[in-house]
Amino acid sequence: MQTTNFLKPNRDNIKNYSIIGTFLILVSLIDVISNAFLRINLTSFLPGSLTTLFPLIIGLIGLHMMRIDYSGNKTLDLLNKNINTNNFNAVLTLLILFSIIKALPQSLSWMIFDATISGDSKDACTGTGACWTYIKVWFRRFMYGMYPNEFHWRINTAFILVIALGFVGYFMKENLKKYLALYYVIIYPVIAYLVIYYLISGGSFGLQWVETGAWGGLSLTFIVSFFCLIFCFPLGMIFALGRRSNLPAIKYISICYIEFWRGVPLITVLFMSSVMFPMFLPEDFFMDKLVRVIIAITLFEAAYCAEVIRGGLQSLPRGQYDAAKSLGMGYWKMHIFVILPQALKLVIPGIANTFLALVKDTPLIFVVGLAELAGMLALAKTNPKWLGFAMEGYIFASIIFWIICYAMSKYSYNLEAKYKTER
Amino acid sequence: MNNIIKKYIPQLLAILFVVLIFGFLTMNAQTNMDNRGIDFGFGFLSQESSFDVQFSLIEYSGSDSYARAFLVGLLNTLLVSFISIIICTILGVIIGVARLSSNYLIKNSAAWYVEFFRNIPLLLQIFFWYYAALRALPMPEKADAWFGVTYMTVKGYYIPAMVWENLNVFLYCGLAAIIAIIVLRNYANRLRDTQGKQIPVLIYSVALLIVLPLLSFLIGGVSLEFEIPELKKLSKISYIYEGGISLPPELIALVLALSLYTSTFVAECVRAGIEGVSKGQKEAAASVGLTPNQVLKLVIMPQALRIIIPPTTNQYLNLTKNSSLAAAIAYPDLVLVFAGTALMQTGKAIEIVSITMLTYLTISLTIAAIMNWYNKKIEIKEK
Repeated sequence: MQTTNFLKPNRDNIKNYSIIGTFLILVSLIDVISNAFLRINLTSFLPGSLTTLFPLIIGLIGLHMMRIDYSGNKTLDLLNKNINTNNFNAVLTLLILFSIIKALPQSLSWMIFDATISGDSKDACTGTGACWTYIKVWFRRFMYGMYPNEFHWRINTAFILVIALGFVGYFMKENLKKYLALYYVIIYPVIAYLVIYYLISGGSFGLQWVETGAWGGLSLTFIVSFFCLIFCFPLGMIFALGRRSNLPAIKYISICYIEFWRGVPLITVLFMSSVMFPMFLPEDFFMDKLVRVIIAITLFEAAYCAEVIRGGLQSLPRGQYDAAKSLGMGYWKMHIFVILPQALKLVIPGIANTFLALVKDTPLIFVVGLAELAGMLALAKTNPKWLGFAMEGYIFASIIFWIICYAMSKYSYNLEAKYKTER
Repeated sequence: MNNIIKKYIPQLLAILFVVLIFGFLTMNAQTNMDNRGIDFGFGFLSQESSFDVQFSLIEYSGSDSYARAFLVGLLNTLLVSFISIIICTILGVIIGVARLSSNYLIKNSAAWYVEFFRNIPLLLQIFFWYYAALRALPMPEKADAWFGVTYMTVKGYYIPAMVWENLNVFLYCGLAAIIAIIVLRNYANRLRDTQGKQIPVLIYSVALLIVLPLLSFLIGGVSLEFEIPELKKLSKISYIYEGGISLPPELIALVLALSLYTSTFVAECVRAGIEGVSKGQKEAAASVGLTPNQVLKLVIMPQALRIIIPPTTNQYLNLTKNSSLAAAIAYPDLVLVFAGTALMQTGKAIEIVSITMLTYLTISLTIAAIMNWYNKKIEIKEK
């Protein structure tokens, strides 16, 4: 007859231990679930704080009993290795499980089961859950701002055109491929600008003029980040090369530029663009607010871009420079054909992070009175017909931004893997 | 000759370009200001500001000067940055270590925490906490006490205030304790190097830190009392807590958003740092016979910290700059008080925006200079 030592489970009586352990864990889970879903306290007979700690203690004992090294049971081994290596890990595992069980039903019922989406006024929202009707009614405003409803097709067409033009590089003929950089750096921004200007702004070709004050919502976020993105990269490259230059004047000008923009917060830059910049322009020279904001963000992000690219330039081994020079290449030839292609490959993740930061920074243009998504939310929130739905609005905006940013960061991982070269 | 042209022409052109741009801008500014009848100057700083600030660390009223308003804003910015930096460091280290855990659940929860909070724009997070989450808190009269003496209400977080007597004696005692610990450590190091003796420095240090300040209570005449916030009825339906310190909801929302957001970046730095120490180091240290604690303290941490600290300081800098988003929820920081209210009142756009930018620039450059010095000090000196 074997004696059972409860403090030291071993594989001799694995059956007893695993059965008792599973049973105890089940008890603790049932206690928590009944507490969370049915609001029944099974352990109310226990005194004071022991009631709340009961599932934790029982679960811990259960997990301790199941912790048998080399049990021979594959599932058990896998479980022990991944969530149950020692008592401390077991407690953390249980705590995470319990908090998921506790939080999930509440948030799910608020977001889905008790939520309202039908109807088109505030009166439809009588339940205890979220009021998605609010989002539904305001959806067009959140996407297009105060842009007139009947012209939304213009924004959509412009976006589709710009995206389609961006993909041209993929389908270019082989003998035209060498002009790809030229296309993306110079021709594409110009075409995109013209498309957006003539389609979204209008004013000619029989399209009605819509001033930029009416632009807004998520489409404005896209427009601002798109232009800043395509302009800040070449600018950043120039300053990165400048900072690595042998010529002192160019080097120090670049350093001053980069360190200045990196040292100030974007919000003060935007303040500058809205209150200080007009003072520096010639008289009766009017520059649109949106253009000023785009210039400000571009100058700001270019400094960050420059630092990222400089990192790539610095990490290239000296031999690359020496080899290019010994082939008789000049400064520009060496950089365009040897250095930059390698350096830019190295900095893809860094550049992607900068662009991500740029997209996340665009809501800030709200402080100078341009109502993109965050601004439209602030507007909708104070509408007397729709008071009290701040939570739904911010959750909606957060989900949208989260999807955009998460997709971008995953895409950058893919790019990084694709262009990885052995060194 | 060819070389000289190649060397000097681009530099001259660059300098000429910069000078022309600056000249053009200054000229425009001059004519614009002449036309509008504004004169350039910093004399306004000593004028009476005549606006009020809701939350201030130093005594301030409308009769004080603009310079003092600037100081109020700067201190508020530093306060919110300081609190957030502490919280985000603690959170970031925990999450960063958790991402390396062998526990599947912990590892993945930490990874999702990072993915979640860093992919939502900071401004939205601040708005979420301020307009959505904190507005759901109870009114003062319905608030339950947390830890018995603090109250979390929709009007802010009320905590007990400490009322000191002879605070300076207490501070001197604390200072003396710290100096004694440093001396003790140096002595212990010397003893170890010359005679090979070990002194339990940690226990002595803790004892010193507790005993000396305690002595100041017993014989130094120091006393400490707590002023606990109490509910007070203002009118029929309006209640407020009196006494103690009240942290405004703007501050809480800002600290929450900033620390949760930045902690994800700190966590990534910590993870990269620990992963950056090669496995061979741990194995070598263990095979020399060091205990796991010694391995961590003497071998892993010094190397990991070298990788962790520079990017983490960068994140602290970002946090300080991001704290300027306070202006969006009307927390009276430097941007709101100075570049907002003061600018509206005086109309001195150029002066005020440049002072604000220069302040942030000074903070950034100072920390960057300290960091460069520190990096030079700790970098691996290869022969």
